[in-house]
Amino acid sequence: MMRLRNFELSSLVWIVATLILVFLVVAPNAELLISSFRKVDTGVFTLSNYVDAFSNERRLAGFVNSLIYGVGVVFVSIIFAVPISWAIARTDMPGKGLVRATILGAFITPPYLGAIGWILLAGPNAGWINQAWAAIGGPGTLFNVYSMQGLVLVTALYSFPYIFVFTADALDRVSTELEEAANILGMGPFRIIFKITLPLVMPAILAGSIIVFLDTVALFGTPAVIALPARLNIMTLQLWQFFEFPVRAETAAAYAVPLILITVAMVGVQRLVLGRKGYVSLTGKGAGRQLVPLGRWRWPMFGFCLLVCALAVFLPFAALAQAAFSRAWGLGFSTENFTLNNFYLLFSEASSRQIIYNTFTYSAATGFVAVALALIVAYVVNRKLVPFGNVLTALCMAPLVVPGIVLAIGFYAVYAPPPLALYGTALILVLGYTTRFLPIAYANCMAGLKSLNPEMEEAARILGGSRAVAVRKVVMPLLKKSLVGSWLLVFIPASRELSTAIFLVTAKTRVISVMILDLSENGSFEVLAALGFFLLGVTILIVMVGYRLLGRDFLLRKS
Amino acid sequence: MNQPVTSPKADAASAQPRLLLDSITCVFGTYTAVEDLHLKIMPGEFISLLGPSGCGKTTTLRMIAGFIKPTAGTINLDGQQISSSVTSLPPEKRQMSMIFQSYAIWPNMTIGENVAFGLHLRKFDKATIAEKVKEVLDTVQLAHLIDRYPAELSGGQQQRVALARAIVVRPRVLLLDEPLSNLDANLREEMRFEIRRLHDAFDFTTVYVTHDQSEAMVTSDRIAVMNKGRIEQIDAPYKLYTRPQTRFVASFIGRTNLVEGTCDGADIAFDGFTMPRGIFAQEDLPERGATLLSVRPQSVKIHRSEPQAGQHCVVRGEMKQRAYLGESWDYIVAPANSSIELRVAAVPSEVFEVGETIWLELDPLQMIPVV
Repeated sequence: MMRLRNFELSSLVWIVATLILVFLVVAPNAELLISSFRKVDTGVFTLSNYVDAFSNERRLAGFVNSLIYGVGVVFVSIIFAVPISWAIARTDMPGKGLVRATILGAFITPPYLGAIGWILLAGPNAGWINQAWAAIGGPGTLFNVYSMQGLVLVTALYSFPYIFVFTADALDRVSTELEEAANILGMGPFRIIFKITLPLVMPAILAGSIIVFLDTVALFGTPAVIALPARLNIMTLQLWQFFEFPVRAETAAAYAVPLILITVAMVGVQRLVLGRKGYVSLTGKGAGRQLVPLGRWRWPMFGFCLLVCALAVFLPFAALAQAAFSRAWGLGFSTENFTLNNFYLLFSEASSRQIIYNTFTYSAATGFVAVALALIVAYVVNRKLVPFGNVLTALCMAPLVVPGIVLAIGFYAVYAPPPLALYGTALILVLGYTTRFLPIAYANCMAGLKSLNPEMEEAARILGGSRAVAVRKVVMPLLKKSLVGSWLLVFIPASRELSTAIFLVTAKTRVISVMILDLSENGSFEVLAALGFFLLGVTILIVMVGYRLLGRDFLLRKS
Repeated sequence: MNQPVTSPKADAASAQPRLLLDSITCVFGTYTAVEDLHLKIMPGEFISLLGPSGCGKTTTLRMIAGFIKPTAGTINLDGQQISSSVTSLPPEKRQMSMIFQSYAIWPNMTIGENVAFGLHLRKFDKATIAEKVKEVLDTVQLAHLIDRYPAELSGGQQQRVALARAIVVRPRVLLLDEPLSNLDANLREEMRFEIRRLHDAFDFTTVYVTHDQSEAMVTSDRIAVMNKGRIEQIDAPYKLYTRPQTRFVASFIGRTNLVEGTCDGADIAFDGFTMPRGIFAQEDLPERGATLLSVRPQSVKIHRSEPQAGQHCVVRGEMKQRAYLGESWDYIVAPANSSIELRVAAVPSEVFEVGETIWLELDPLQMIPVV
């Protein structure tokens, strides 16, 4: 009786939120795992799906290629990122602002768009670079983007910012006193870099590298536009092919499981690395640091940064811009070739208007659903309202280890068939996106809640406010910035998400990323480039809004 | 000490207590924060929970507020059970209010909105709310800041906002959780009197948690001294100081000397001297066996020549150490042929040299047996 009187109505909300998590995270992944061990027709336990998935030489090659691809991208990203982060954090190199801004540009460029820019630059025959090479009489092609080297380079150009963010952050926090201590004992500045500075930031480099590796092996767009024409099999492409007729979902599931296992293992390693004591000692005071004078190396160092910036942003975007404003990109720069028709086409045709509308409404909806769910769960966990808080955190963070394409397969398997029959609806896309980006929203909401003194809320309750009132009147207003930031951080990747979308869209629910891929297959690079610029323009606008509201670091932040 | 020796409110045992904590225990995992605690608080009474950090005082307060459910025992508010090990009335239904260590002033609302928050939830009409807010802000001298945001206020002003917000709703119990610990020393002293003044003006039943004994002594009708999850003694400040019951209370409230003695019927033997048992307050001492006596530094007098004994006891001794503290001398003296060392406080004019032979005058009525 008294128990009933004291029941909090808001408890219902927590129960519902938990059920939604089960629906979004547990069901698709469980289905995937179970079906990988099941015979298609009879449903009995079997390992034959695994045998089937890995016995074929081409499929095995896809697996091996993906690993080579991942390692290669990590390697190239480190070569790009570490010198740049050191130069920006620690030296008197000129043009730091420009380099930083360009790295941000690379960060917000959808990798597949950059890859398409590179097709225009380094396609074997028509690419700018190879044409220029031929014009000066060079033999053969200088650089063919349709190759493993091309794939690795083009991917690294858009993933090195992760390593940059981690390393620059760590360098900012290494106390210069540690370096000065070595200096006063007689060590020269060059040796200090290798003996003191780099070892101290090694955990950060490693952590960034793991993210890059995981991101790379899960990538679908860049391989789709580059590896496919190069006849290079890659795991994600192979997964895609399992769904061409005849559909072999069970084999796909079995093929995906090792990918998830690799990810789980890597995330475990990363936690271990970041959790080590040595890394904690980095949290020194940041003030009063002495910049390393580069002397005559100032301009060569800047040249290196500029080269990376050119490869990642200036060159491919120049090529895309040329395509976007021309009738046929192969005709080069001329007034007859100039047109605005490509942009006009985007907005005059009902179908492409629909696609643009879809993309932004789905992304916005995803932002709202993901942030609402993340806030509720983070609140329940943070305030210890349920004894199984760890489980809820694990559920919210779990999508981090599931590559988008694998998640989409799980979603497809569970929610496409009746009774739910969500396939073809906008809902399945929004739910898929929500699941995929839930970890971002959750980590942000959690960080916000942790910074909030619980007494703020207790003050509201003791004055007669229920938990719901306290959350609405106190917690949400105080977390406004965190919530807007989380929404932006979900909206931006959702607006360009490809790997989840490719499985879940139908003719009516297509989105920009899928349209770009289709245009690339048709070779319609002019409209594609126009669409890419439009997407990027919207992103830049949103990033700027974010800067205004939340400060300069909200995107290029280590989280 | 401006309060009466005993509180008349506390003595009104026949009336219904406002709050009754009955054998409250609170366990976190393997750690027992509060153990078998009994506390009765009468309407209008000001009670402090005083103790070192980790003694369970804040946990007790949070159980009263309803933020923590007791592991065992019950809490009654005006005869109605509000907490038990089974269930607990949520804080918002207890009609209490609380002042937090961090003040917890909501930075997203103006001072006026902060203060009006509880009134809105109590469904007062707009005019009444405006009137009450104005009135209470006048009381704490902040009426001119009604439209400001908390970030523009000083710590002391924020503290007053917290006070206003808590009292404007006329709570059945007002809870304060170390409210002055974030203020600087001068302000803290001023706010103690302010809190007591507001209590006298509105007559709220108040539970005040603090680790600062002078804060508790200035504000409270009765002080519950807590140690290791238990209440060691509840008494009015004067009695707590003059009649401590335990070794912990004696040394936590003010400074004291703890002297061991042995009763053998007629006398009490100390190391180096004896005192006749007859001159002590009889009921406090055991007939035979060891006893521990608390002797306040102020209760011992030092003489250069042997004084008349009278009802007191005179012991010859030696000056061991001294320190001049400005307002008083801090002497350490030792009775002759004894390992006992006593700390004695003396006014600045009573100057003695180290090594000097002196006579100590001990007042048996101010030597309090403790356990």
